[in-house]
Amino acid sequence: MDWSDFFSMGGYAFYVWGSYLVTLVAIGAEVIALVRRKKNLSRQLSRRVSSTGSDYR
Amino acid sequence: MFRWMVSRDLTLAWRRRADVLSTLFFFVIVVSLFPLGIGPEMQLLRQIAPGVVWVAALLASMLSLGRLFANDYQDGTLEQMLITPQPVYLVVMAKVLAQWLVSEVPLVLMAPLLGIQFDLDGQTLFVLFISLLIGTPILSVIGSIGAGLTLGLRGGGVLIALLILPLYIPVLIFGAGAVDASIHGTSPAANLYLLGAVLAVSLVFAPWATSAALKISLE
Amino acid sequence: MNSQKTNLYRYASPAVFYPLAGKLIPWFAIPATILFIVGLYIGFFVAPTDFQQGEAYRIIFIHVPAAWMGMFLYVLMAFYAGIGWAFNARLSSMMASSIAITGAMFTFVSLATGAFWGKPTWGTWWVWDARMTSTLILLFLYIGFISLQAAIDDPKRADRAGAVLAIVGVINVPIIYYSVQWWNTLHQGATIRILGKPSIESRMLTAMLVMLAACWLYSIAVVLYRLRCIILEREQNAALVAEVSEAIA
Repeated sequence: MDWSDFFSMGGYAFYVWGSYLVTLVAIGAEVIALVRRKKNLSRQLSRRVSSTGSDYR
Repeated sequence: MFRWMVSRDLTLAWRRRADVLSTLFFFVIVVSLFPLGIGPEMQLLRQIAPGVVWVAALLASMLSLGRLFANDYQDGTLEQMLITPQPVYLVVMAKVLAQWLVSEVPLVLMAPLLGIQFDLDGQTLFVLFISLLIGTPILSVIGSIGAGLTLGLRGGGVLIALLILPLYIPVLIFGAGAVDASIHGTSPAANLYLLGAVLAVSLVFAPWATSAALKISLE
Repeated sequence: MNSQKTNLYRYASPAVFYPLAGKLIPWFAIPATILFIVGLYIGFFVAPTDFQQGEAYRIIFIHVPAAWMGMFLYVLMAFYAGIGWAFNARLSSMMASSIAITGAMFTFVSLATGAFWGKPTWGTWWVWDARMTSTLILLFLYIGFISLQAAIDDPKRADRAGAVLAIVGVINVPIIYYSVQWWNTLHQGATIRILGKPSIESRMLTAMLVMLAACWLYSIAVVLYRLRCIILEREQNAALVAEVSEAIA
């Protein structure tokens, strides 16, 4: 298995790896944004549960 | 009742002539911007004329659609109209017809004059006129869906544009395509027939969607 | 039999579905990762080099599945939105809202990878062929749906307005696709074929299908995860509203 041949992708390395990189970034962004959204929500909820007295009372 | 609603809208629009005229002026200005941006070479301008005039017509329609239901919504008349025994479909059609007469027809009449700026020949100007005549009602009726969905929302006209412009693309393609065919000497008939088909289908189905949208927005 | 029916309907409630979704997510996320690896392996190490396009064609293993996902998810989104509207099923509407973002993501990936494929194959980053143009319009449709829901504060109105827009969109998609094809054949002589050969080599097809399956599993996992966030956000708002009104009363 000639790795340098593999990585150069017959000269199209930029295009092939570029497109997979873009995909990785898009999927990664989606997942990371979701995890952060969940974390924020969990934090907000636990804050509300822990504060026994409502601020509005 | 239908006639009453149309004439009411026409009267109200007459009282706010400035709003109506501003849409027309927007159309004229936008069309004139393109040669300024691209260069005065007549050969090129003739090629881009169908697209430019049609896109400008789309954008001008977007502006006027924001007003379709907004005024009646704000003073509560719209809610009253939906409560009457009249089917909401008719209310929608009446308002769409009025909007078309007031905002779109001036564009249709203006377009051939603008076409002259792009050195279009007589037959092409006629095709331009016809294509807009058939196409602008489609813009009004499909646009009414967007207007109904976005009642009272912030973001107003831009939001309507975001929702509706993708749906306008077939109209743009067939409408500009007809004019383009005329420029190149081929028959615009196919494009115009397709445009007519879109008009027929949208006149039947779009008001239903608008009625649903109005009911949802007013709950 | 009767109790089985009522049991299933229980899951239509967001509060009940929430823990179920949580348990399901790993069952989709892990196989998705595995299939991505398998699919890419087949695509890069098993599938042969294309006769006409050389190694550049290997982009299709993500481009084509992403394009399909963009389309499937839009239809699915419209379906859930419609069900949610017709049956007043909140969870169904929340599902639609969750799907929208993932669908838009895949459509974007399809456009970007299409550009990366277009440059070495046809010389330009962007080609106004029927498929790419239709995909671009699909992205606009997604953006419209997401923007509309973002602009409406009341969740019920947002759900229903989104449903109307999605259904109108889904009905329009064939019309838009047909008109774009019409536009494309009128303005360009040569038709561009996405796949250079009339039939696709079996190992390439396998790789594409495995990647497609991976994308599906990934989508389900991510959509369920986002759905849980949406449930929390809505219940939180409802609870907050209840809390405030209780305090004022």
